[in-house]
Amino acid sequence: MFGVMGVVNLAHGDLAVIGGYIALAVIAITHVPVLLSFIIVVPVMALIGYLIQRTLIQAALNRSVLTTLLVTFGLSVVIENALLQFVNADSHSIGTGNAIISGSWQVTSSITIGYLPLLILAVAVIVLLALQYFMSRTKYGRLIRAVADDREAAQLSGVNYRHVFGIAAAIAFGTLGLAGIAQGMYSQFAPTTGTTTILLFAFAAVVIGGLGSLWGTLLGGIVLGVANQIGGQINAAYDPLAGFIIFLVVLVVWPQGITSRRASA
Amino acid sequence: MSLATDAPDRSGQNLRVTRSRRNVAWTGIAAVIIVAVLAYFPYIVVTGTTNLMVQGFIVLTMATMWNLLAGYAGLVSVGQQAFVGLGAYFVLLLNIHSLSMFTALPIAAIGSGVAALPLWWLVSRLRSGYFAIGTWVLATTVFLFIQQFPALGGGTGMSLPNVPTGDTTLLEADTYWVGLAVTVAALVVTYLLLRGRTGLELTAIRDDERAARSSGVRVGRARLIVFVVAAIFCGAAGGLDAISQLIIQPSAVFSVQWTAEMAFAVVIGGIGTIEGPILGTIVYMVLEQTLQNYNAWYLIILGLVAMVIVLFARRGLWGLVDDRFHLRLFPVGYYLWPAGEGRRRFLR
Repeated sequence: MFGVMGVVNLAHGDLAVIGGYIALAVIAITHVPVLLSFIIVVPVMALIGYLIQRTLIQAALNRSVLTTLLVTFGLSVVIENALLQFVNADSHSIGTGNAIISGSWQVTSSITIGYLPLLILAVAVIVLLALQYFMSRTKYGRLIRAVADDREAAQLSGVNYRHVFGIAAAIAFGTLGLAGIAQGMYSQFAPTTGTTTILLFAFAAVVIGGLGSLWGTLLGGIVLGVANQIGGQINAAYDPLAGFIIFLVVLVVWPQGITSRRASA
Repeated sequence: MSLATDAPDRSGQNLRVTRSRRNVAWTGIAAVIIVAVLAYFPYIVVTGTTNLMVQGFIVLTMATMWNLLAGYAGLVSVGQQAFVGLGAYFVLLLNIHSLSMFTALPIAAIGSGVAALPLWWLVSRLRSGYFAIGTWVLATTVFLFIQQFPALGGGTGMSLPNVPTGDTTLLEADTYWVGLAVTVAALVVTYLLLRGRTGLELTAIRDDERAARSSGVRVGRARLIVFVVAAIFCGAAGGLDAISQLIIQPSAVFSVQWTAEMAFAVVIGGIGTIEGPILGTIVYMVLEQTLQNYNAWYLIILGLVAMVIVLFARRGLWGLVDDRFHLRLFPVGYYLWPAGEGRRRFLR
């Protein structure tokens, strides 16, 4: 969602972590199966997204880009420290508690693919497909694109752009909720995971894939993940470093991102 | 913020242009007196106070630089901790090779400035929000990279090996004076930079980048200058932190919290003025001292205050002062005095 609204949300990662914490709370209270926790987490996150968009971010957008950055950066710092203060600094993970999910699939003697990463990839692809369908085929998708293209013109045609932005934010936050659950199931999260891992990797994936391109972002994410795995194989300390170096190389060689080379040529 | 255009036809009028609405020669004198009094501090207060003031100097130096970046050059960097950390590590590196840490400080500052050149080449391709996260990624990369050197303490960090033994009071006083010198240098350089040609260019860019570019302002060059100057002084602040703590931990010196502190101090004090960061630093230090027993609370409150100010009082606390008294302690703009007109137009 980095590109569509032209809003760079520095609190993105922290909100995904909040999604993870909500999932933990939901599972602890209602004892729903882990895989179904998203039925509650996603609407809750979407509601939070709509509210934050209509209050804080909209107020900042009406002023300037600088204000938006400062407000979302402030939000990020506040969320992180509030989590440290009210929860604790411990890492949490969401136990899958299901042998089938935590199993893996032996491809060759040296390559195994876990079902869980595969499931997460599948969910990511489904979410992207759904987003693409939503953006290109539905009424609200059309409205969001119209507002993103030209806010004044959309407003003149009778569009309530604040509501449209709110809907867009609700979708983005709902997706973030899924991301938070995935992060918790696949590895773990702590209050600071939001910025140190999720936000920076998400951004690197977006830049590698090309700004504003949904499928490019998926490709960017895969490139990053593979780079980190290979780096981690060589030396465990290179795990996050390798991905960032790939990011810097892409920034130098193709500032437009991998997928848009043809478009810019 | 833009030029006053509602003045009547001014072609036939006698216009007088001055730097300030009031004569501010007294501010210069006052500044010298304040610096002299501050320099005398180690003789009259306990060391706990000077240590606290060194923290204040670090925050003020960084806030001044962040203000230069965000308030004047339109570069919102969330990665200034890269240079804070580099400055600290340059001091450590030179100190390992038995150079006195005070001699190492200016070299570390310049080293950070030199390191800023290739980093600028990388991030200057990104615009506004993407620039912000890009600098953040860059700072994280530098952080992960530095940790790969066991000789520099690896991931856990290390103490400065060659610390002068003997009187700790003298050491703390020396640290204090060096801190004062760094801060004064940061303010003087910022003031001179903004008064000069670059300041005019930056003001033009801030008001309208496209118009500035078409009038022949070298936008990239002006931003490069600001980025390097900010790197030099953030490096100096980082080196100062290393000298006052005598220990370097990578996760602490490369913490994004540095940027949070500088950004909040600037926003609370008033972005786009030299006075703002000074006022903001004082507010910041008071809040930090009051709330220090409540763990993370001070950053939560600071963040909330900064968000409220950004949304509802964009020009910060100094903006409120300026609105009421039209006061500028560091005149970097111009006043236009139309002949015979009571109200003056102000160019900022």
